[in-house]
Amino acid sequence: MTHLYELTIAQARDLLQRKEISSVALTQAVLDRIAALDPTVQAFLTVTAEAALAEARQADAAIAQGRTASLTGIPVALKDVICTQGVRTTCGSRILENFIPPYDAFVTRRLKDQQAVMVGKLNMDEFAMGSTTEHSAFQVTRNPWNTACIPGGSSGGSAAAVAADMCLASLGSDTGGSIRQPASHCGVVGLKPTYGRVSRFGLVAFASSLDQIGPLGKTVADCAEMLQAIAGHDPADATSAPQPVPDYRAALTRGVHGLRIGIPRSHFESPGLDPQVADTVRRAVATLEALGAVTVEVALPHTDYGVAAYYVIAPCEASSNLARYDGVKYGLRDGGSEELLEMYRATRSRGFGAEVQRRVLLGTYALSAGYYDAYYRKASQVRTLIMRDFAAAFEKCDLIASPVTPTPATPIGAHADDPLAMYLSDMYTLSANLAGIPGISVPCGFSADGLPIGLQLLGSHFQEERLLAAAHAFEQATEYHRKKPVLSL
Amino acid sequence: MKISTEELLHVAKLARLRIDPAAVEKLASQVGAILAYVDTLARVDTEGVPPTAHAIGVTNAFREDRLQSHLTTDLALANAPAREEDFFLVPKVVG
Repeated sequence: MTHLYELTIAQARDLLQRKEISSVALTQAVLDRIAALDPTVQAFLTVTAEAALAEARQADAAIAQGRTASLTGIPVALKDVICTQGVRTTCGSRILENFIPPYDAFVTRRLKDQQAVMVGKLNMDEFAMGSTTEHSAFQVTRNPWNTACIPGGSSGGSAAAVAADMCLASLGSDTGGSIRQPASHCGVVGLKPTYGRVSRFGLVAFASSLDQIGPLGKTVADCAEMLQAIAGHDPADATSAPQPVPDYRAALTRGVHGLRIGIPRSHFESPGLDPQVADTVRRAVATLEALGAVTVEVALPHTDYGVAAYYVIAPCEASSNLARYDGVKYGLRDGGSEELLEMYRATRSRGFGAEVQRRVLLGTYALSAGYYDAYYRKASQVRTLIMRDFAAAFEKCDLIASPVTPTPATPIGAHADDPLAMYLSDMYTLSANLAGIPGISVPCGFSADGLPIGLQLLGSHFQEERLLAAAHAFEQATEYHRKKPVLSL
Repeated sequence: MKISTEELLHVAKLARLRIDPAAVEKLASQVGAILAYVDTLARVDTEGVPPTAHAIGVTNAFREDRLQSHLTTDLALANAPAREEDFFLVPKVVG
């Protein structure tokens, strides 16, 4: 017998609808799992046990009365960058340690509309700045496959919680790879939608032209289900896309026959790429070919400059966005000074961690008088060239396949004093954010040490259906997603 | 070094950050290393290339000007570190 916490959304919904299980029993199983494992994994910053059980009871009543929605009674958890009315939302930062949002994010509201049960809020690199979840002000989340390793980041809690069966699915946010990279490291599925596909209303801003919310799940079908719930236009987010939302669930079974998969050779020949990752991803592409896809070589000549462009644009936007933390309207205030500017400085220096301060300094420098053209303008021009590369590539292919990360999960502490080395690990993911295109990470194998490896598929704008279809076909033809980490209780 | 400690302290002032004097050197070298890496952008020929600020070209996102419900004053002030009546309280600004 499968434990209840091991169920996928699809399996759980089926059992709930047939009244073979109750949402209260399912939610309690997930809460028990969190109580048993999270002292080790440390994925959760807040567990909302009582509220979750109340929501589960409502879900059971809805099922009894036949008033169900797509996620009725399904236990999910949210990255702590997404506002939840009345539930502390810290962004992994001391500066928001006691922040209780007065409203729900658009996606939180959508999940409630679908009658999902929220079991808690998940750890992250402070303000989503980082690729390891070590930059949380509160705790270091562990990789369930090897607790000496990072889970990836910045949505490390979101990936680890799904991998360790501490929720059925979660939401994360992806500014430079922060959904796909931890999904890859933790052996789960992670989808970054097209920029604008999901409203950012109530998502605490890091880099507004790059941030996008998306799902992490145990299967591709579960990610499709979550995306279906959260996608769509929102007048409260002026950058949210008016395009109609297609039926993502129906797209799952379209297969890959005749699909043209673009292979950027440079992505498989980068000096920092672990040969195990390269071989595993090449084998995954061969599996897609065996399923009827064809491969074509594509060139993305400017993606080599993606990391440099990103680490100008993202810190510039961050330095502007984080100016709002001034100790006045919400969050921490250092009460030691009677002088306004001193109060700002004391508050921000105490409230922001080292990585956030580094990026605020970097962005402020790049935007300061005399440097704007050399940094921000130059990076924004390179961004145009990266977008043109993708547009040209998608003339020749339907999807692009590549690694997600150059190596499997690294040991905790490996990048402690070398932020640039950590930034370089984002090389395969962040150009999708610069171009605004969707991407998915799907489990495609394991390293010799038993750490998960992900296959990244990228699509053109609003081609989530194609991504889901290809990832689902791959998943159905392989067994990697069935393997579970072994965590001792 | 790409950025001097004096420049770093100036930028910190602009960013409303106070840097621990013991950490200035290390921080300047870390930021300098990142800036040196970012300088590889200079190798790209961007002559005549327009900059992109947003990947999806959404322009003029209008909505109907209708009366909507908003946060109550109490809710809007609920997270304020210091409050007096219906106002955010700040240290003295004008001398």
